[in-house]
Amino acid sequence: MSVTRRHILLLLPAAAVAWKHVLAGTPEVSPNYKLSEHWWSMLIDLPKCIGCGNCVRACQTENDVPDGYFRTWVERYHVTDYDIENPHVDSPDGAKEGFPPSKEKGGKNFFVPKMCNHCADSPCTQVCPVGATFIAPDGVVLVDKKYCLGCRYCVQACPYGCRFINPQTMTAEKCTLCYHRITKGLTTACCEACPTGARQLADLKNPNDPIHEFLKTHNVQVLKPYMATHAKLFYNDLDGSVR
Amino acid sequence: MNAFKDAGHLFRLAAVFVIGILAFLGIRAVLVPKSFGQYGHYRGDALAEVAARPVSFAGHQACEDCHTDVLEKKKSGRHAHVNCEACHGALAKHANDPGSVQPAKLDTAVLCVRCHEANIAKPKGFPQVASADHSNGMPCDTCHQPHSPAIDGGGTAKETTKETAKQ
Repeated sequence: MSVTRRHILLLLPAAAVAWKHVLAGTPEVSPNYKLSEHWWSMLIDLPKCIGCGNCVRACQTENDVPDGYFRTWVERYHVTDYDIENPHVDSPDGAKEGFPPSKEKGGKNFFVPKMCNHCADSPCTQVCPVGATFIAPDGVVLVDKKYCLGCRYCVQACPYGCRFINPQTMTAEKCTLCYHRITKGLTTACCEACPTGARQLADLKNPNDPIHEFLKTHNVQVLKPYMATHAKLFYNDLDGSVR
Repeated sequence: MNAFKDAGHLFRLAAVFVIGILAFLGIRAVLVPKSFGQYGHYRGDALAEVAARPVSFAGHQACEDCHTDVLEKKKSGRHAHVNCEACHGALAKHANDPGSVQPAKLDTAVLCVRCHEANIAKPKGFPQVASADHSNGMPCDTCHQPHSPAIDGGGTAKETTKETAKQ
């Protein structure tokens, strides 16, 4: 029997279904966790942040972050009157012990928690020469410790300064969005420890996530949008002076 | 057929190339991890390795399963939205084995001021005190019960949400 055009046309849908299976990938991270059903992000509700440093301490406990290094930290901004180009920023020990009273008087003062933006077009994963850092199918930017050479390209590439070289392992390290927690249905350690709800883990692929309503009704901004990183760390009520 | 009289050289060269390509493919098959390329240009197994880390914070759901009395007390107070481990610290060990691992006693003199010490950068609606002259050195829990801190026992959850909305 010769293969006719009709046969090929009949085979096409079957091939499409098979290819979809190939793309979906078989093994999953956790038995009840489907990589393809999530697209993780985080909401930072700045008017709620009180600069207590609970998130910083929680992150260090949860992830064994070495002293003096931070996967998340909190900055205090002080803007004098009109000079929004030159804010005074401090973050003593990453705000691990909170903040001492401000030296500055007057002006505009507020806290800004910082961490990995889990960019959808992340510069850090693009520069890795060995494929040791990557955007997981659920939108989390991760580092493969076993594959990382410690070349520091990614540390330089991150526009937000969110990566460092772990002095013990000499490999790149960053916020994993508590990947070991969110794949088990828990929220991140920083969100769990935040007393005011200033941080909220959000799943953009979940239509019932409150993030969608929030994004519609608030003035939400990402950091350095001109870098076109498609950051997924959404800041509510972000001041123009924040770098 | 003069043009092909020295074709033997070409065959030998071709053989070298074939052996080289086979060696490359063989070495590549051995060196590249099985899961590399499963989801993209990285090791697919790395995802499971990152996810394998043990949890330190049990999550408020785990606390609330047993400590329903505290949940009840908190529900009507200003601290209704504060998760247990925000003050009590990471307690997954206690949640996994409540019998043998007991949480440490907390010092309100340290804990309360972490959030409530006055600071110019804090949101205006957030309750703040200058601890030095607020309590005359008395521990906070002399007057305020941390699970429901309003002194008159008031401060409903509704008020709390109003406060948050204002911020």
